[in-house]
Amino acid sequence: MDWHFVFSQALTQAIGPTMLIYALAAIGLNVQFGYTGLLNFGQAAFAAMGAYGLALTVVAAGLPFGWGVLVGFLAAVVMALLLGIPTLRLRADYLAIVTIAAAEIVRRLARSTVWAEYTGGSDGMRGFSEPFFAMSPYSKDATWSFGFVSMDHGRLIVDLWLFDFQYSDRDLWVMTVGWALVAVFLLVIGLLVHSPWGRVLKGIREDEEAVRSLGKNVFAYKMQALVIGGIIGAAAGFVFALSRANVQPDTFSTDFTFYFYVVLILGGAARLFGPVLGAALFWFLYNLFSQSLNQAIRAELIPSSVLSGTQVGPLVFFLLGLGMVLLLIFRPQGILGNRRELMLDVR
Amino acid sequence: MSGSEVERREAHQAAVDALADVAPEPGVAKPDPILSASGVRRAFGGLVAVDVERLEIERGTITALIGPNGAGKTTLFNLLTGFDRPSRGTWEFDGRSAKRLRSYQVAQAGMVRTFQLTKALTRMTVLDNMLIGATGQLGERMWAGLLPWLWRGQEAANRARALGLLERFQLADKRDDYAGELSGGQRKLLEMARALMLEPRMVMLDEPMAGVNPALKESLLDHIKELREEGMTVLFVEHDMDMVHEIADWAVVMAAGRVITEGTPEQISSDSRVIDAYLGAHHDGAAR
Repeated sequence: MDWHFVFSQALTQAIGPTMLIYALAAIGLNVQFGYTGLLNFGQAAFAAMGAYGLALTVVAAGLPFGWGVLVGFLAAVVMALLLGIPTLRLRADYLAIVTIAAAEIVRRLARSTVWAEYTGGSDGMRGFSEPFFAMSPYSKDATWSFGFVSMDHGRLIVDLWLFDFQYSDRDLWVMTVGWALVAVFLLVIGLLVHSPWGRVLKGIREDEEAVRSLGKNVFAYKMQALVIGGIIGAAAGFVFALSRANVQPDTFSTDFTFYFYVVLILGGAARLFGPVLGAALFWFLYNLFSQSLNQAIRAELIPSSVLSGTQVGPLVFFLLGLGMVLLLIFRPQGILGNRRELMLDVR
Repeated sequence: MSGSEVERREAHQAAVDALADVAPEPGVAKPDPILSASGVRRAFGGLVAVDVERLEIERGTITALIGPNGAGKTTLFNLLTGFDRPSRGTWEFDGRSAKRLRSYQVAQAGMVRTFQLTKALTRMTVLDNMLIGATGQLGERMWAGLLPWLWRGQEAANRARALGLLERFQLADKRDDYAGELSGGQRKLLEMARALMLEPRMVMLDEPMAGVNPALKESLLDHIKELREEGMTVLFVEHDMDMVHEIADWAVVMAAGRVITEGTPEQISSDSRVIDAYLGAHHDGAAR
């Protein structure tokens, strides 16, 4: 078995473009669910707003890339307002019901044949990412080597002997932008949750009636949290669309949202770095399990009568599900969470 | 005799004097009401929970709102503080119509309530529970949250005030504990201290003694008397007649959604209507 390959793959993916999508979406969810207690089950739809807002603006409307980003963010804000105005005055569960339904409506609209000439229907859209990669400072022809870091025709290799990181020039550009977005959002959210504004959000999470009795306009705060989380969700949608150079409606299904929740709870909700750590750990474990199982099958350590290559994917998700259950039993607060806080008698 | 005790007696005497000439009748006019309600009615389907023709609360007094279970006391509280909407009726708080105000606006206007089931913000520290109560915080605006230097001064001032109040309510050494770690009685104290962070003119306490152990009761009573001494008006819901006798200047009795009588605690406890309301009209006493 090639353990070097297994660990290299797992670690490469732990900080790679895919992980960044989940980290960003979960940062948004952290503002809504972690700090404010809003059950947004439609984060996938906010990501779809970003992805489709960008793709439609650039491809269907033929506008510049920057406009696409602006439209994506605005679409997320509009969606937050549309979902929030009718539901945020009601009990918490209504937001959950409405967001999960709205996310399905968005996906079905995106794949419907009515606008297929613009949206591509269930095939989705491509051809919007060229302007983004044209901005990349990384060259396809770069070849150099410096110590353990080398560049081979645009492919970055960081060789740390036991394992290595390898990224294509396109991955590198997506990661540069993605990590910059993570840094900016973490800075903003970090400042906000440590301000009196963030204190009101946490109060709302604990008991919104109490916060109302203390003279705070709870509805306005919840709306602000929903909008901010949605904007960050749209940013996740940009990274998603650009890293794959296409958008497909069925990738924005409800399981997408549930993986964001897994990532958030794994890292620790209401902890600033929880979503980032959770996303990194999730993709590390996912790749560790699938690559080592694949390697074991290839080396015939696991006979094909027991497990075949096509069964690895479902088995890994089963294992991750099991891990999630164990986490909730033994460490319900997540990796970064505070157990003392969670064990309090919530009356 | 200590200074504060003198002040307490003076505040008490002022309240007694203000109400001395007020007749013990339901809906009677008071010399200087801070809160006056007319025709307030709340029906849930066919059930009329509250139907108060007229109610005035005298400024600077401690008024008890008593009555049997289901009399509509808490519903009236919810209506007056904007936590529920009436079917009809109007009321004024400190000369301003308060009927259309939302719950948070009522609190901003200076009428702050507590809850029957204490609402401590469990996974926040005691100090954060206090700080969230301060009004007019610039840092509570989202954009200002990003610019800490704009609100640091205000935050420090609020913090000092919060610590002072925690000191007074014997919670200062608990300030960094989670509110969820406090006992039931301490939560009641915290809720009252937190209400004072808003610098209210009127405090509405919904069953302040429920679930409080006897040792803490005395100190809670003293705290309520101190509110009057500081010029606040207190309206509280209570079942315990002993407590009403001990601290209330005036008592309003509700039954089946209506104010059936009001008066000083002494006048109330000799009123047969009150006994009827509590024990039912067909008890032995009523037959006589």
